[in-house]
Amino acid sequence: MTIIPSIKKDYLIKLAKNGKRVDGRKFDEFRNIEIEVGVVKKAEGSARVKIGNTQVITGIKMDVGEPYPDSPDSGVMSTAAELIPMASPDFEAGPPREDAIELARVVDRGIRESELIEVDKLCIEPGEKVWIVFIDIHILDYDGNLFDAASLASLAALMTAKVPAEQFELGEDYPLPLKEPPISCTSVKFNGVVVMDPSLDEEEIAEARLTVATDKNGDIRAMQKGLNGSFTVEEIKKVIKASTDNGKKIREQLYKSVGK
Amino acid sequence: MKSDIKLFENGKRLDGRRPDELRKIKIEVGVLHRAEGSCYLEWGDNKVLAAVYGPREAVPRHTQNPLRAIVNARYNMAAFSVDDRKRPGPDRRSREISKVISEALEYVILLEKFPRASIDVNIEVLDAEAGTRVAGLTAAAVALVDAGIPMKDIPVGCAAGKIEGKVVLDLGKEEDNYGDADLPIVISPRTNEILLLQMDGHLTPKEFDEALDLAIKGCHEVSKMQKEAIMKKFEKEAQ
Repeated sequence: MTIIPSIKKDYLIKLAKNGKRVDGRKFDEFRNIEIEVGVVKKAEGSARVKIGNTQVITGIKMDVGEPYPDSPDSGVMSTAAELIPMASPDFEAGPPREDAIELARVVDRGIRESELIEVDKLCIEPGEKVWIVFIDIHILDYDGNLFDAASLASLAALMTAKVPAEQFELGEDYPLPLKEPPISCTSVKFNGVVVMDPSLDEEEIAEARLTVATDKNGDIRAMQKGLNGSFTVEEIKKVIKASTDNGKKIREQLYKSVGK
Repeated sequence: MKSDIKLFENGKRLDGRRPDELRKIKIEVGVLHRAEGSCYLEWGDNKVLAAVYGPREAVPRHTQNPLRAIVNARYNMAAFSVDDRKRPGPDRRSREISKVISEALEYVILLEKFPRASIDVNIEVLDAEAGTRVAGLTAAAVALVDAGIPMKDIPVGCAAGKIEGKVVLDLGKEEDNYGDADLPIVISPRTNEILLLQMDGHLTPKEFDEALDLAIKGCHEVSKMQKEAIMKKFEKEAQ
């Protein structure tokens, strides 16, 4: 760790001991969230999400292709994330590295495991032709908590996406068939405190990270622990509770933003 | 994915196990010649080999950390380890698993003892049958001990899950394919701290608590087997 972050770390820890965070938030409080949909005309669905200064765009493209042999009458979804050099001095151009891969896979898991996209309704000809949904996540500005920003942008983009049936001469366009969205909430731990929605400063000194995706009923649909620190069982239970509570609020805002 | 397979009959699972019963596990220490530490592990029909090299100079040099060692775990599935041949080389899944395993191992290894070094942990899945990541980590931990890498604990992994609405320990292949949820974890058994945790599927908060509890119990059972295997190796060396 270079000298400035280590002094900053001492400062953040000192604040945390007094129950404070550098931007004045409570430990379990999110930054301000903005969701804007329909930002890319060429995409079937798109959304820009800001969490504090972090900014992410997700675009949905759809194509007709072959199904997987083990699920011949289901559509296919594919998620990719790019940490483009624009978003941070630490991001490099080139093929996705492990950070981008983990990010895409955690977002993918939240969407796939909650069965958000009704893939059985995306079959055109069983075993031959199905719809393929590409979820592409672009990180524009990195100020911490990419997991939640990327996941929320992907949800908003999917919820406003239209299946481009006309273009493929398959009838009229129609909204992408979806079920209830799971909301992902990420917390990090440093020096014994756990904070929700980490800013970049907090992420830089984080020892462990936990992402929890919960559904409307407060059930857990996906989780991912990251970094080389540890959590106690009690901390994990607390994080789940805080994730469910924040998830409820974010879900309301998401529905409002997509006009549902 | 729905199926007509019944995962539960008369309180017994497809392979005859009780809900809280692990598959059969076999651990052998020091099975490879060149590696500084190695372990072969069978977990049900999973067959996993782990080998440790290092601490040695980390390359490329820009990966070096002047204050501590880095852990470089590489989880790799053999092309023949699965039903449909897997294309050789790292894919997105294996790179993610390599990352979370490296992170879990970094927590227990005394990294500050080896500035600028890398500790390379190779995990080869030879035969895959659900639960390869926890099997791989469990083997890697034993291989690290065999290599004499200083650690504050021997980490251990195990999964719990849900099938037909019931929380069970250590999902088998069909249970993983047709079950409702999977929760693989890795703990530091001396403190019960959680070093790796992933979850997919659908669990209520109550089921989650139950599954986490069960998985931790499973970890402790496997931990005993790790230690017995290491002990056996010491006994053999003493002869």
